[in-house]
Amino acid sequence: MKAILLLADGTIFEGESIGASGTTIGESVFATAMTGYQEMLTDPSFAGQLLTLTYPLVGNYGVNTEDVESGKIQVEGFIVRELCEEPSNWRSSMSLREYLTSAGVVSMQGIDTRALTRHLRVSGVMMGAMSTELTTSELKNALESAPNYGDLNFVQRVSTSATYEWTGDECSKLSDLPDPKCHIALIDLGIKRNIARCLAKEGCKVTILSCNASADDVLRVQPDGVVFSPGPGDPRQLKDTVATMRTLIGKKPILGICLGHQMFGMAMGGNIIKLKFGHRGANHPVKNIINGRVSITSQNHGYAVHPDKLSNDVQVERINLNDGTVEGLRHKHLPIFTIQYHPEASAGPLDEGYLFKDFVNNVMAAK
Amino acid sequence: MPKRNDLKKVMVVGSGPIIIGQAAEFDYAGTQACKSLREEGISVVLINSNPATIMTDVEVADKVYIEPINVEFATRVIERERPDGLLPTLGGQTGLNLAVELASAGVLEKYNVELLGTPLQAIMDAEDRELFRSLMREIGEPVPESWIVERTQQLQDIIDSNPPWPLIVRPAYTLGGTGGGVAYNPEELLEIGSRGLKLSLKSQVMIERCLLGWKEVEYEVMRDSNDTCITICSMENFDPMGIHTGDSIVVAPMQTLTDKEYQMLRSASLKIIRALKIEGGCNVQLAMSPNGFEYYVIEVNPRVSRSSALASKATGYPIARVAAKIAIGLDLDEIPNAVTGKTKAAFEPTIDYIVAKIPRWPFDKFYQADRTVGTQMKATGEVMSIDRTFEAAIMKAVRSLEIGLNWLRLKNADELTNDDIESGLVKATDERLFIVAEALRRGYTVERVHELTKIDPWFLRKICNIIDMENELQSRGAEIKALTAGQIATQTDAVDLLQRAKSMRFPDKVISQFTSANETQLRYVQKKLGMLPKFKMVDTCAAEFEAETPYFYSCHEREDETGCVTFTPSSSVGGGMISTPSPLAGEGRGEGDSLPIPQPKKKAIVIGSGPIRIGQGVEFDYCSVHSAWALREAGYESIIINNNPETVSTDFDTSDRLYFEPLTVEDVMNVIEYEQPDGIILQFGGQTAINLAKPLNALGIPIFGSDFKSIDLAEDRDQFERILRELNIPKPAGRAIFGPDAAVQVAKEIGYPVLVRPSYVLGGRAMEIVYTEKDLRQYMKHAVEVSPDPDAPILVDKYVIGKEVEVDVIADGVDCLIPGIMEHIERAGVHSGDSMAVCPPQTLSQDIINQITSHAIKLAMALEVRGLMNIQFVIDGSEVQVIEVNPRASRTVPYLSKITGVPMIHVATNVVLGKSLKEQGYETGLYRRQPSLAVKAPVFSFQKLTEVDVSLGPEMKSTGEIMGIDMDFSRALYKAMVACNLDAPVAGKMIATIADQDKEEAVDIIREFVDLGYEVYATEGTSHYFKTKGVPTIEVRKIGDQQSPNLMELIVQNKVDLLINTASKDRKIEMEAAMIRKASVQRSIPCLTSLDTARALCMALRSKQRGEKPECLPVDEYLKGTPADLTTVG
Repeated sequence: MKAILLLADGTIFEGESIGASGTTIGESVFATAMTGYQEMLTDPSFAGQLLTLTYPLVGNYGVNTEDVESGKIQVEGFIVRELCEEPSNWRSSMSLREYLTSAGVVSMQGIDTRALTRHLRVSGVMMGAMSTELTTSELKNALESAPNYGDLNFVQRVSTSATYEWTGDECSKLSDLPDPKCHIALIDLGIKRNIARCLAKEGCKVTILSCNASADDVLRVQPDGVVFSPGPGDPRQLKDTVATMRTLIGKKPILGICLGHQMFGMAMGGNIIKLKFGHRGANHPVKNIINGRVSITSQNHGYAVHPDKLSNDVQVERINLNDGTVEGLRHKHLPIFTIQYHPEASAGPLDEGYLFKDFVNNVMAAK
Repeated sequence: MPKRNDLKKVMVVGSGPIIIGQAAEFDYAGTQACKSLREEGISVVLINSNPATIMTDVEVADKVYIEPINVEFATRVIERERPDGLLPTLGGQTGLNLAVELASAGVLEKYNVELLGTPLQAIMDAEDRELFRSLMREIGEPVPESWIVERTQQLQDIIDSNPPWPLIVRPAYTLGGTGGGVAYNPEELLEIGSRGLKLSLKSQVMIERCLLGWKEVEYEVMRDSNDTCITICSMENFDPMGIHTGDSIVVAPMQTLTDKEYQMLRSASLKIIRALKIEGGCNVQLAMSPNGFEYYVIEVNPRVSRSSALASKATGYPIARVAAKIAIGLDLDEIPNAVTGKTKAAFEPTIDYIVAKIPRWPFDKFYQADRTVGTQMKATGEVMSIDRTFEAAIMKAVRSLEIGLNWLRLKNADELTNDDIESGLVKATDERLFIVAEALRRGYTVERVHELTKIDPWFLRKICNIIDMENELQSRGAEIKALTAGQIATQTDAVDLLQRAKSMRFPDKVISQFTSANETQLRYVQKKLGMLPKFKMVDTCAAEFEAETPYFYSCHEREDETGCVTFTPSSSVGGGMISTPSPLAGEGRGEGDSLPIPQPKKKAIVIGSGPIRIGQGVEFDYCSVHSAWALREAGYESIIINNNPETVSTDFDTSDRLYFEPLTVEDVMNVIEYEQPDGIILQFGGQTAINLAKPLNALGIPIFGSDFKSIDLAEDRDQFERILRELNIPKPAGRAIFGPDAAVQVAKEIGYPVLVRPSYVLGGRAMEIVYTEKDLRQYMKHAVEVSPDPDAPILVDKYVIGKEVEVDVIADGVDCLIPGIMEHIERAGVHSGDSMAVCPPQTLSQDIINQITSHAIKLAMALEVRGLMNIQFVIDGSEVQVIEVNPRASRTVPYLSKITGVPMIHVATNVVLGKSLKEQGYETGLYRRQPSLAVKAPVFSFQKLTEVDVSLGPEMKSTGEIMGIDMDFSRALYKAMVACNLDAPVAGKMIATIADQDKEEAVDIIREFVDLGYEVYATEGTSHYFKTKGVPTIEVRKIGDQQSPNLMELIVQNKVDLLINTASKDRKIEMEAAMIRKASVQRSIPCLTSLDTARALCMALRSKQRGEKPECLPVDEYLKGTPADLTTVG
């Protein structure tokens, strides 16, 4: 079955459907990681986006039951150069095509994904519509009448509604871990499961709260520390969460990851900027400007904290070596640090996993 | 940390001659490192004995020492130059070994030279098996379980310890590794282990967990002094564990590992480089279970390697360049990413294509060799290809190999039985890829092939896709044929099929074979449909950042990034994925941010020489690179097309634009159609490039320099003989013939022995001296099989036993420059590539030199040579005869350029661009004689190629060469002998087994050795003969003799220092001699098979005995002739 991708500037790519039939609209973005498509597909931060992978051969190792970051595929649409129909890996339980189709995700293959990537790099990310059923002009109409990505609150869609405790999953059983030594409140702005797994591994009992939780709600579960998770969309949509953050500053040790980091930046007076084509990949070099160490990090964000108006209480601790954008903030006086990238990796390098340990050390010191 | 200010001068160690396992990748790494260090203001001193390299050009380092790479000479260089640091990690194992030796000899300490890059301890830790294992255990990285067993009881202990089955058993110290095996259970372990203990000369057996069939993967890792670590590239072997990675087909990046597995192994690799404290690059090889998360660390190379060259070319990330900067203190985030120009070297490349590497094996020349591939590397070189799918990449790589195949089918596929196929799947040879394809073609299932080969089903299914396409083309051939007959409008399905076949990179030749569509029409249709490939950029970042590096590969996609506008597709079928016009399509052009549309600057394409193989080595890469540089200097835009990842020519900043492509007519034409060059240069890329002359000429492509006519004149025997007659230049009697009867007829006329060879082949492939009609008929049968062009005739010539001489000339149509004459040490009959040679000549009379000069000039004019030509002569008495003419650069050009000071490729490139020799300051005739002289000597890789006879003959066997340069002949000879591992002691013990026909001539030579202080062992006949001539010898028994001492014992027990053996015509004697030669090679005992070499060695040893100290100078100082510190001849 044919599928077409229409971008907001009129560019059209024609390919072949590899998922559900139908029409989907979202922000068209690309990610450069060469492995980890299943983790990316299930990463809530990709909600509302049509994800293109730059690596051309996708699906090689199939899909398994373990490498998931949430309960479902989160992307709005998925675009690859070539889908592997017959995967090969000992853990594979189905093909990527089956996975996409059964999840109802409109997806396509067979387009020049490098051309699409170059186009997005030059023109910036933009809205796009993908369809297996509409004509170009119908699709154009649909795209024009759809709301803009930045105007939507995706966090509300992906966050949990109820508070619950992390009880482990198939690839990380709590029974295999030591008894918890501290209690962490994890604010779900679109959490990746691996954050909970990492915290549990560091000896944390993890309680997950809705994005709508107030500071009081958070304190009510009596945590020793608070983690603000990553998540999708424009952080400027989340005034309430920023307020929660602001209230918690000074009360508990805090770790902010990605969107959580942006919440902290906003709480400390910083402005948010939208990046032209974002940082999505597993190869981003981040320099710790305090000790000079460079790490390769996993990233997935379209917005960044602008350092200009940040309060004097906060210092920029890490920067991206590619474009100099802020990658990490640290409170000068309080046990709070936040990072723009993903120490939980999944997909991506594990180099920065020690940050969970650092955070737990903060928590234990403050306990 | 910024650059260290205490390092002003750094000594770089090259890797010496090309041998199997150590090829052009170190010329690439070393050249890049020298450039990188000099950019930082460091003065660079280089030592390397290999003249055929770019890195030994005087422009590459501040001081270039072309001297033997050993402690003696390295110490002298250190003494003279007083470098602050020594950087050995770019010189392969040779470099590391030298560093260890210099350190343990106390030289580094004495002269206060700091070892840069890899700490001494890390070299030891990585090299020593036990140290390595204990380090891995220390950091918690798994190594395969292993045991050393010396008593049968220990086998039972292993069994009792409940080991992971199966186990591999390897007896220590057996000849040729016999007696080992795989044990799947306790019974088998007892049986194989006990047998191994008996067979081992030391009664020792190594037992290790058998990982056959596990996935073999590699990471290229870098670390700086600030402990920042990154991985540059991951690679997965198509061939699972059990086959040396150098002999495996490899893809990058990894294909069948999940992110979890990938990151687990990546983390392990980073942990290892940190533990070794390497500052620079490192290669980590791991085995990954196909059924679980289990893995093992297999090997670590604490240096730049063949894999890092591949990784550099696969990603665009210049590992050696960055490693050199790290070695002098810079951190990764202080080094710019040379590809993007904007980002830093501290990042991990991500790629948006797949890279395939296939090794190039020498079995086309060594057809008697054991073709099995296993843990011992046998490939001489490799090819790499880049495309967007595995199918396309593998198809391109196969035709890049130049093994006469342009698809996945062996020529003799029809003759293979299913039993052959199955045994070929189990026991891997160089042909396994094709056997796999043939099995799938015959209907074997992926599961069955996987069972027999353990190759991951992912790869096998991709090969199935290729086979499916073959079948589809076959069954729907008529549609394609109709399409090419002009029915474009009606054959839309055929358009789709053709598009899919082309996307898989099926060459037109193969499509035409399947469909019987005309090849020219096929091309025409594709052009008309806009179906020719586009070119995409290798940019280290999957298009995330704008890149400055014009490094391209072809693929069938929508968008082109070369910025070239050459033709307008009539519809947008190109890429097959787009049907509606869009602002992106840009009619085959890149976007606004791509490279600026080139200025109307003149353009020339240099065709490279493909994979390194015997007969076509790194020297042709030297020529291609210099030509690209000369083009740039002449104001041309230089473009290189090549497919060898090991080389300098495929470095992204060697040319203005680099295309990584196979070197077939179709692939080259794809580039030409885009670039529309003013001309194409073929004469520097060896036979690979020259073979394109005829077809490109036919397509009307302008060739810069000697055109097809000259090449044809030189190769076409009838025309060539007519020219020689007209010029009155003699040649050995002989003719070009077709068929065995004609061959026998000619041989009868001119008399045996005759020299026979197919025309249009390289490196004297399949060249033989034939003594009888029976042998001639047998040869004729074989020659047809190896000839790439069955229509090419066979040349039968009188074998003249005389001195051989060689010249390379540059001609511009008016003048003809002869930079130097090379006199071979071995007489005619030994392939010129395997002969030692000296320049300027040492024994030629002025009259002979005049004849040579005159013949060369006349030939250059008559053949209308523009650029380079190589001529080989044989001297028959007082007459100089022409044996062979090649109107192209030859393998001696780099050597000759270095010792004459004439930058031959620069001059020749200018000539082909139209600048005369006179304008460049050169005149007709022999160039002025240099005060110094240089001996070139071949280097062989026999230790890696068991069953190849070391005896020299008309077929080339050497893999590399070295040079000894000095102010007089005997000292230059001595250095050459040392550098090519013929470093026999001045006095010692030797074996002489001399064939009857050579005995008389040998007397004086053996007497010389006796005079030097040698004890000579000989068997009865030889011993007796020498005694009658007054040469004392010790009689020993033949090898078959049970009584001691026999010849084999002397060799196996390392009791002799040298073996001289000349080939007998008696088959039985010759078989025994071959066994002795083989044993001597395995024991690293120098083995000479030509009396001429023996005579030269004598002369060299005499010089040493007299206490003459060889010079040790930068190469340019030899040319000046009066170096201030010239040592006096003692």
